[in-house]
Amino acid sequence: MKYNVIEGLKYTQQHEYARQEGNVAVVGLSDYAQDKLGEIVFVELPDVDAEVEAGKSAAVIESVKAVADLYAPVDGTVTEVNEALLDQPELINQDPYGEGWVFKVEMKDQSQLGELMDKPAYEEFIIKEEED
Amino acid sequence: MSEAKKTPFYEKHTALNGKIVDYNGWLLPVQFPQGLVEEVRDTRKRATIFDVSHMGEVSVKGSDAENFLQKILTNDVSKLKDNAIMYSPVCYPDGGVVDDILIYRVSSDNYLLVVNAANTEKDFAWFQENCSGDVKLENLSSQYAQIALQGPNSKAILQKLTEVDLTEMKFYRFQADVSVAGVNCIVSRTGYTGEDGFEVYCKNEGAIDLWNAVWEEGQNKELRPAGLGARDVLRLEASLPLYGHELSKDITPLQAGLNKFVKLDKPVPFNGQEALKKQAQEGLPKKLYGLEMLERGVPREGYTVKSGEQEIGWVSSGSYSPTLEKFIAMAFLDPGIQEQDEEVDVAIRKRTYRAKTIKLPFYRRGK
Repeated sequence: MKYNVIEGLKYTQQHEYARQEGNVAVVGLSDYAQDKLGEIVFVELPDVDAEVEAGKSAAVIESVKAVADLYAPVDGTVTEVNEALLDQPELINQDPYGEGWVFKVEMKDQSQLGELMDKPAYEEFIIKEEED
Repeated sequence: MSEAKKTPFYEKHTALNGKIVDYNGWLLPVQFPQGLVEEVRDTRKRATIFDVSHMGEVSVKGSDAENFLQKILTNDVSKLKDNAIMYSPVCYPDGGVVDDILIYRVSSDNYLLVVNAANTEKDFAWFQENCSGDVKLENLSSQYAQIALQGPNSKAILQKLTEVDLTEMKFYRFQADVSVAGVNCIVSRTGYTGEDGFEVYCKNEGAIDLWNAVWEEGQNKELRPAGLGARDVLRLEASLPLYGHELSKDITPLQAGLNKFVKLDKPVPFNGQEALKKQAQEGLPKKLYGLEMLERGVPREGYTVKSGEQEIGWVSSGSYSPTLEKFIAMAFLDPGIQEQDEEVDVAIRKRTYRAKTIKLPFYRRGK
């Protein structure tokens, strides 16, 4: 696979990932998503303490040509945002699973993670998307 | 809309892994794997090749060709010499814009008009409606392929493929029946990027040979492909208008700042003359400004521009500029705004972002 999909993370159909750290999920864009968007030039972050809802827009990611919503993968409360992205949005391109994380959310219901895709399922999902 | 058309270069784009989109009914690459930002930089620093076969070409011949052009163009075509090119808006009687086009003068009774792809049918109908006397119009669009070779290395690449001395070909000049790698072409020193460069037209039959020759020769000069995305950003940086954004049936060329292409005092009447004269006297309802963001935020088409709480206009084109490393926009604003250094706000989603007016063009290449 030409895109990096990390073992142990959960993925949404809109190409966000969630990394579980206790009852907190670290949320970002998958490698596939950052590649499709192209050079990211702007990120609009949620407020700390904002309530986010699974499947609803929580942040906005802009590349030169496109504006994309980042949807929260789970319900919860934002505990931290990656302020480094305000000046270096390209971190999402360079290191989507590391320094390019977008926000952390304290989960209301950890079982929501179970509804998301694991690595093999997500890889299969990407292959299907690529075929369209 | 009928099925999207492929240009003769379609397979070239897919072989280079170009991302194909339907652009006004044409399947064209929006970008290549190196990405839009790199494509813009390649164009400014080295050279890129664009497929612009979607552009429309209309032949105008006959002893009344000049009279016809004088009537439909805001610019004065009587000043145009053989082998020279002129840019001009085409207006409706109310001053709104039908299209903005290039006029190639082959001879006094033989011209080639190059029109925007999306407007080709509309333009041709408009030309037919406005022509009289000895004028023969022919829509050649489907017969011609076109490449744009843009950037400082363009001349060196193209010169290797033709006997014609390109140093002698100045900006906005052209030559027909030029052999480029054995293909009969029209070569013009024009472009839509703000860089030096050439646009090369040939009949569809020769298109692949032309592309292959330019591509192969270009490999010695770091030639890269570029797509529609880069083309749009390059033209924005150079502050060149795009129909549907800076020009439309509801926007006059005077509002878009194209005064030098509108000869209000042209001795023969032209479509829109009275309306444009009136607008020039009475003042513009909105006019085109350059904006530079003072905080990070991407100004995009359609966003509202404010001064305090008051709405003063809208963004017509905006983007991140890889060349200037700034966020820039062209915007139609109330004409009382200063052309330079007046602070305004751009409404982006939930809040406003600070910007200031800046003189156009944003980018002008060094001599």
